[in-house]
Amino acid sequence: MSSLKFLNLNFGIAESTHPVWDSVGQNMIEIRKATTKVRMLTGTYMVQAGQNMIEIRKVTTKVRMLTGTYMVQADKHKFSQYTIDPTCLLCHREIEDILHVLTQCPVLGSERKEYFTPIKQLVTENSPPGTWELLFNNKLAVTQLVLDCTKYMKQLGFKEELILKKMLTTKTFIKKTKKGSIIKIVREHYLRDDITCGCQSCTICDKNDVKPLESKPVNKSKLCKKSHYLILDTNVVFHQIRHRSAPAYKRVKDFIANPDKHFYTFCNEFNKDTYVERQKGESANDRNDRAIREASLWYKRHLEDHSSEDIDIVLLTNDEDNRTKAKAEGLQSFTVQEYVKSLKDCGSIVDRLSSTGSHMKFGDKIMYPEHLPLSTIQRGIKTGKYLQGSYMASRENYLEANVSVHDQDRMIFVQGHQNLNRAVKDDIVAIELLPEEEWSCPSSMVLEETEEKADEDNMEIEEKQMRKNKVPTGKIVGIIKRNWRQYCGILQPSALKESTRHIFTPADRRIPRIRIETRQAHDLASQRIVVAIDNWPRNSRYPQGHFVRKLGNIGDKDTENEVLLLEHDVPHSKFSEAVLSFLPKMPWSITDEDRKKRRDLRHIDICSVDPPGCTDIDDALHCRELDNGNLEVGVHIADVSHFIRPGNAMDKEAAKRGTTVYLVDNRIDMVPELLSSNLCSLRSNVERFAFSVLWEMTKEAEIVKIDFTKSIILSKASLTYAEAQMRIDDPAMTDNTTKSLRWLNKLAKILKQRRIDNGALTLASSEVRFNIDSETHDPIDVQTKQIRDTNSMVEEFMLLANVATAEKTLREFPNCAMLRRHPAPPPSNFEPLIKAAESKGFKLDVSKGKTFADSIKGAVIPNDPYFNTMLRMMATRCMMQAVYFCSGMLPESEYFHYGLAAPIYTHFTSPIRRYSDIIVHRLLAVCIGADTSYPDLLEKHKSQLLSNNLNYRHKMAQYAGRASVNLHTHIFFKNRAVDEEGYVLFIRKNALQILIPKYGLEGTLYINKEKSGVTFTFNEEENTQSCGDVTLHVFDRVVIQISIDRSNVQHLKLCLKLVKPEISGFSVPPAPKQDIKEESKDEPPKKKIKT
Amino acid sequence: MAGVNLLSDQGYRIDGRKPNELRRIQCKLGVFKQADGSAYIEQGNTKVLATVYGPHEIRGSRAKLLLDRVLVNCQYSMATFSTGERKRRPRGDRKSQEMTMHLKQTFDAAIMTNLYPRSQIDIFVEVLQSDGGNYCASVNAATLALIDAGIPMKDFVCACSASFVNDNPIADINYLEESSGGPELIVATLPKSDQIVFLEQNSRLHEDNLSKVIDLAVKSCKDVYTVLDQTVRDHVSELSNSHGWDH
Repeated sequence: MSSLKFLNLNFGIAESTHPVWDSVGQNMIEIRKATTKVRMLTGTYMVQAGQNMIEIRKVTTKVRMLTGTYMVQADKHKFSQYTIDPTCLLCHREIEDILHVLTQCPVLGSERKEYFTPIKQLVTENSPPGTWELLFNNKLAVTQLVLDCTKYMKQLGFKEELILKKMLTTKTFIKKTKKGSIIKIVREHYLRDDITCGCQSCTICDKNDVKPLESKPVNKSKLCKKSHYLILDTNVVFHQIRHRSAPAYKRVKDFIANPDKHFYTFCNEFNKDTYVERQKGESANDRNDRAIREASLWYKRHLEDHSSEDIDIVLLTNDEDNRTKAKAEGLQSFTVQEYVKSLKDCGSIVDRLSSTGSHMKFGDKIMYPEHLPLSTIQRGIKTGKYLQGSYMASRENYLEANVSVHDQDRMIFVQGHQNLNRAVKDDIVAIELLPEEEWSCPSSMVLEETEEKADEDNMEIEEKQMRKNKVPTGKIVGIIKRNWRQYCGILQPSALKESTRHIFTPADRRIPRIRIETRQAHDLASQRIVVAIDNWPRNSRYPQGHFVRKLGNIGDKDTENEVLLLEHDVPHSKFSEAVLSFLPKMPWSITDEDRKKRRDLRHIDICSVDPPGCTDIDDALHCRELDNGNLEVGVHIADVSHFIRPGNAMDKEAAKRGTTVYLVDNRIDMVPELLSSNLCSLRSNVERFAFSVLWEMTKEAEIVKIDFTKSIILSKASLTYAEAQMRIDDPAMTDNTTKSLRWLNKLAKILKQRRIDNGALTLASSEVRFNIDSETHDPIDVQTKQIRDTNSMVEEFMLLANVATAEKTLREFPNCAMLRRHPAPPPSNFEPLIKAAESKGFKLDVSKGKTFADSIKGAVIPNDPYFNTMLRMMATRCMMQAVYFCSGMLPESEYFHYGLAAPIYTHFTSPIRRYSDIIVHRLLAVCIGADTSYPDLLEKHKSQLLSNNLNYRHKMAQYAGRASVNLHTHIFFKNRAVDEEGYVLFIRKNALQILIPKYGLEGTLYINKEKSGVTFTFNEEENTQSCGDVTLHVFDRVVIQISIDRSNVQHLKLCLKLVKPEISGFSVPPAPKQDIKEESKDEPPKKKIKT
Repeated sequence: MAGVNLLSDQGYRIDGRKPNELRRIQCKLGVFKQADGSAYIEQGNTKVLATVYGPHEIRGSRAKLLLDRVLVNCQYSMATFSTGERKRRPRGDRKSQEMTMHLKQTFDAAIMTNLYPRSQIDIFVEVLQSDGGNYCASVNAATLALIDAGIPMKDFVCACSASFVNDNPIADINYLEESSGGPELIVATLPKSDQIVFLEQNSRLHEDNLSKVIDLAVKSCKDVYTVLDQTVRDHVSELSNSHGWDH
């Protein structure tokens, strides 16, 4: 009897059987039983039907129709093998077909009336008067209405709510698994009725929901006169942007989330009125387009019916097909270009439009081969026909590039327009190896992109004459992922003043020039501007882009700094209010609570040793004799993690910045200045929080015991390296601090020796300016002439502390310790170095770190002290980048740090300027129970993501630092020509790469034939250039005149000219002497020594 | 699963639910006549049948007999057609055995076992279609079947799963959410007394977030309870109507 409740019209869904029949089996008896059951349930069988045959027939018909099992006689007549009379069994008057049963059969009149009255009522109530009479004047139309009312929906202007819609649907699709088997996946998809329209003027949607859409949107468009809302093609806005560029996606998301911008995201996929099923043969894209149109239509109707204001809907899409269909459905639809151009005072926005779809005409000549579709590429990669790699354009020759193949230790060389095939720096590309006979080798030409095309043609011909040292060469067949960003640069002066099409030259040489369309070229000519690439058609020599914004005047120091920071993606805006709100309130003091938790080390004579002018003091040291004759050594690091709590805005900002960036005249802080230069900085004579590492050591520097603790210290002195050295050397000084320094110095020497014996590389040398950082392997100081013992003393103890921390955190958190590794470089990296050393008769053994360190130590030319330094500098360039990583993500064998010859390593000692150190501090604090952990700290995937960001920021910070030095060198040489001693670093076919040690500068000396009229002969075997009786080798000493080439005011270039050796017709006379000392104030690259 | 955003910025999950919403639950008591109690439940696409036999004499080895309380015997099995790829072994594999054990523990705690010493109650659970939350659906189905069989229990046992995505706890996770590698917390409660009879967690979840997830799971169990309770009431009133009892 339980199926009683099913006898409700709501269950009679068209085209499906009544639920009563679900539980009924196949055999005849059961069906009979069920029928009887249903009949009895309806209560009509016995009571009302009486004995009248017609009544019984009626009931049977009714029940059968309810249960979806009725078959009209007309159909029976057509299909049944027996002869069946098609006339109606009830009235015996007409042929019984649907029309008859529903509208005509007189016997069913009373039943019909029961249902028809409400239908008629419904229609008349909800549609304009007279509609019923107009539309349903014949029985056929009425039948149609009863069977499927959707046909009349529009004519009747029915509200959607009248039509029963399903609230739950399923998505079914076929998917291929990783294993290769094909499975069917069924997912539920719930449709909701609580998704509001988000308009303030709407009268029926839930009032409490967020309503970002203004009731009277301002209208500036000429295309659409009424006030309107814009609906964007979300297919593009969300999905495609996300695939193309994560930062752009984030910007869009932030934009949408900003309430001032009045964006509302309407989840049409989950709304029951706007959800659309995918139709047979419809592609996913088409379905999405249809869904957007459906949503737009819904909005249109919804606002017409329920909005107190008269608001129109405009769909913006660049999809031609979608637009046409939308217009056909009565929607207003434009392309983004059309719409933006129709805005009043659109001037500057139009320039920023992507050029896709605008009508730039090019020569019909197809310049590039077609890119393969992604599916072909993927198949090719699987079979090994193509390789996937990231594209790295050459700095020196814009027609050459390397592709670093993913998951393999190899580079593939690419040359020529056709083979480069429109790839741009950092793109992920698919590359096909050329047959070996077509392999080529990097040209020795230094080639800059200029207007003259003659150059390249020449070159390409020359390349045809193949040489011996070929490298694997390939051609790019397709782009897997574009990594375009926005580029800084300048506009090239156009020949035609009024032209709107211009060529843009990016600041980064590895980016091709970009064609943009702008009406404000006149204004922009003297400006640094930002431009984005939109596309690169096959028939265009340059990629097409659009103007984004201007930065400022060319040559302006602030502008140039801005360019530098933007190009290196350094976040440099001021700290937001949200960030600053997490700073401790001033005046800040240490509370008793703090004292209880920390070890009091204020009585110990601690001092810090740093470069002069350093305000963010991360570290301090001490050493004292213990009663048992051993030494206690302490390294005290600023306790930044005490102030920066995980997860707050300040922490997030610091994590995003990753590192402090040191420019020549500026410092971009990672944490606000109050912390970096005051509260965290371990200045002398103030009480500060520290994270201390305390060792007990024997006097032979054997570690007996190690202890980590949070502490309070009181530094007795902030010394510079020079001051500390003086104290050590001065026998008259016998105070505790000096004694402690002497001990430290002694221990450091033992530790350093031990490290070198282990095979650590010293890429620094003690007498010249290029001091090379032992952790990052970058030259960090171009000014200091003297490296004192104290520098390496501090460094040694920092290394010791870092290694100790790495070991401790790894032991406690084998899965989520943040470590730093330095992979051994592949042997191929050393080739140029080995070759260069061989030219001077030295053989370098690069097989192991230790042998390499030894052999480079032995390579000394007595009368050329700079040779060894240059070798070490070149060695630095062979190295791989050291990187942070999360210990759970790599096998233990890869933890190794090559440069330091340490099995594991991390950064612990500079939390003020590196975020990695803050993480390490937090981990260590959890290890010793001084702090609690938090979710993200122990999540290895998140930790790895963070490491990746830190690595990226770190690299960019280094590049930015170098670029800043370059920039200042340019400024330095702006008004003078100076003769300086230099060394030949590399020899190319048409140029020499010269290193000028005094300024730490590297420049190119072009030896073009056309300009000088002097012919140089290039000997590739021996790698020399000779002219007359002068031959130039690698490492040769030359005298160079440095000046700034002002021929192009927009693009200042450093220009080198040869002074010595003299080559008549090529070299220039020495410049008049100038007092350089006075000028050197201009260039004070006082960078903090990294430890 | 890389690239799948389990919780959108607008706060909807992949299938259109909000974080705290359950899937649609449809259930029915007394679906089989031969068994002493039976129930069928659908939680979204997860469909489970449960049957209960007993209390009856100990079957099989007498050694299992318990002197002071009833022996609860469970069997969990998944139909071969319940998953996307056809399952080889419907029962007896390690996963099913574990599930069987968990069910036994759960219902040992909920049934008034001391009322039937020396006897046995069998609970058979068959998963017909699996789309995440198998344990939860099994417990809920078994509860209904036990009620249908008229076996005295301390309370309904309601189970619900929960997970944690983008700093938000989400309730009643489906297969896709389950297999994305995030944490999964399964709770079975006695909703009236707010007691937890079963708690299981897979994958890692930081302890700071644990209470949020448990709270949501327990709350969802109460939501499940309202649905189950209504079903039972409807079923009973139907029965009483058909027998012509007055209220």
